Amino acid sequence: MIHAINDALFEEMERDERVILFGEDVGTSIFGDTRGLQQKFGRERVRDTPISETVMAGMAVGAAAAGYRVICHLMYANFIYTAFDAIANQATKLRLMTNGQIRLPIVFMAVGGGGRSNSAQHSDYPHAALASLGGLYVVTPGNSGDAKGLLKSAIRCDDPVVFLQPASRGGEMGDVPDAETLIPLGKASVTKEGADVTLVAIAAMQRPALRAAAELAEEGIDVEVVDPRTVFPLDRATILDSLKKTGRLVVVDEARQAGSMANQIAAIAAGEGFRHLRARVTCITTRDLPIAYSPPLETAMIPDAARIADGIRTLMKERAA
Amino acid sequence: MFRRMMLIRKAEERLASDFKAGELPGSVHLYIGQEAVAVGICAHLAASDYITSTHRGHGHYLAKDGDLFAMFAEVRGRSSGICGGMGGSMHVADMSKGIIGANGIVGGGIGLAAGAALAAQLDGNGAVAVAFFGDGASAQGVVSEALNISALWKLPLILVCENNGYSEFSPTKAVISGNIADRGAAYGVPSVAVDGNDIAAMWQAAHEAIDRARSGDGPTLIEARTYRFHGHVEGEAGFLKSKYRTDEEVDERRDADPIKRFAAELVSRKVLDEAEIEEISREIGASVDDAADRAVNEPWPDVSSLESLEVR
Repeated sequence: MIHAINDALFEEMERDERVILFGEDVGTSIFGDTRGLQQKFGRERVRDTPISETVMAGMAVGAAAAGYRVICHLMYANFIYTAFDAIANQATKLRLMTNGQIRLPIVFMAVGGGGRSNSAQHSDYPHAALASLGGLYVVTPGNSGDAKGLLKSAIRCDDPVVFLQPASRGGEMGDVPDAETLIPLGKASVTKEGADVTLVAIAAMQRPALRAAAELAEEGIDVEVVDPRTVFPLDRATILDSLKKTGRLVVVDEARQAGSMANQIAAIAAGEGFRHLRARVTCITTRDLPIAYSPPLETAMIPDAARIADGIRTLMKERAA
Repeated sequence: MFRRMMLIRKAEERLASDFKAGELPGSVHLYIGQEAVAVGICAHLAASDYITSTHRGHGHYLAKDGDLFAMFAEVRGRSSGICGGMGGSMHVADMSKGIIGANGIVGGGIGLAAGAALAAQLDGNGAVAVAFFGDGASAQGVVSEALNISALWKLPLILVCENNGYSEFSPTKAVISGNIADRGAAYGVPSVAVDGNDIAAMWQAAHEAIDRARSGDGPTLIEARTYRFHGHVEGEAGFLKSKYRTDEEVDERRDADPIKRFAAELVSRKVLDEAEIEEISREIGASVDDAADRAVNEPWPDVSSLESLEVR
């Protein structure tokens, strides 16, 4: 997925000279997503910053207000918490507070999630917390092709976007579309069609979701897999259309259950989708704890294909209400 | 500059009386006594320069040429307010004049000003950014981060700390260690402490700092020592159980009122006489009342105005 993100950054910086990027070690690029940008676009447009997330996020807001398209790379998603004041109190608020005088084309990028024994302070996936803020797009791709098209749209967006990349998917290859392909923000996709149950899987959860769907196909359960791609604003229509078709909903989310997007999607199903439901909604989420270091502990906490498949099997055995 | 300081004073006195009359929907933090700081700085700025301000932001807004009527309408939450009633007293902003806005988060404007300074540096047009913040905000970590990065990158940034003696309801000496102006030296940032009630001293310090920024020589930290005649927030006597400063202390400080001092200076230099000063005061007071009166019956914003501001 990293190569797709790197492509998107190159193309958009090439296309628009007012796109600037800064962050800690973006020249060296520990994840590889910003590799080569400084050599190509220079140290003015691609800047290595001190380890100062508070001022970096504030500067993203100020530079965007003053006319630049800013990509602020915050490295690990947990560092968004350090930058949170400027994101939550400034970036999301200024457009409304100034009655639209200030538009903020900012992409806050970060890499998050578990699966690599990065332990508790480097493994959070805070998309749900960010989605609660209101004035901010929260975008998180489930595959390489989407990563490129979504990031290009995010950079061209006139409002702030958080673009979260799943750490566990960084090395994954996959088809990457050409430079002209943009994926609109706020639109979900159906990554596998099916008739029996809708499985909404967010970001890194797409891979185990598709694995579980393949496994269940052999057992005669036809799973439809949906990737929201943008978790705020959420594409309710695509999720509800799928639910209308299947009558069953399972949501798999790497967030902890309390305050997760899974809960939010379940609430939408229970409200707007109630008449389509033939069974209870199942949420499969990360355990309500910080992520543990040791591989068997970490694996047990985060949803995987086996847990997803089990959840769907159990649901399919239940009689419709 | 004298007229601008008088305008801020009169506008704020009117807000104080409107608040007392129960006519304003939210809270109001007044700048009375600190006018020389905003005016001394903004006298050097053009619309292409940026400022960020504080919760006590009317003075900065007016010093940077913000529209008076649109400010009163904003504080009353009306559709003709400078922010359409979306922001109110703590968020007056006008991007057409480089006013990125007042800010309800203490220290919240500092990062924004550093970012605007980065934009100005990339634009290469000699524009600068000024962050106004208080002694209370000097305790925020973002000050250190901004000093460090603006010095490293030689950003055209002026950090103006208005030390008005109180961090909300706490005396500054109880919550702030050392001298604020001394902090710049650790980062190699030229720094100066100025009598913030002396318009000439403010103007001179601002001149040097802004000149330095425009020439590409990086940031400056100015600590403007001043005094807040009103409370942290209007109406505070209603909810505070006890006083945090004495009436005698406030009275003693009246002699150092920046407008009184400026007026005396103008008279002693025979630029204006007492009658002329009286006339300026009366004339500005009348125009302030006119703007404030016009704002009273402005329409409320329509709820549908929220729709265009949604992310979707």
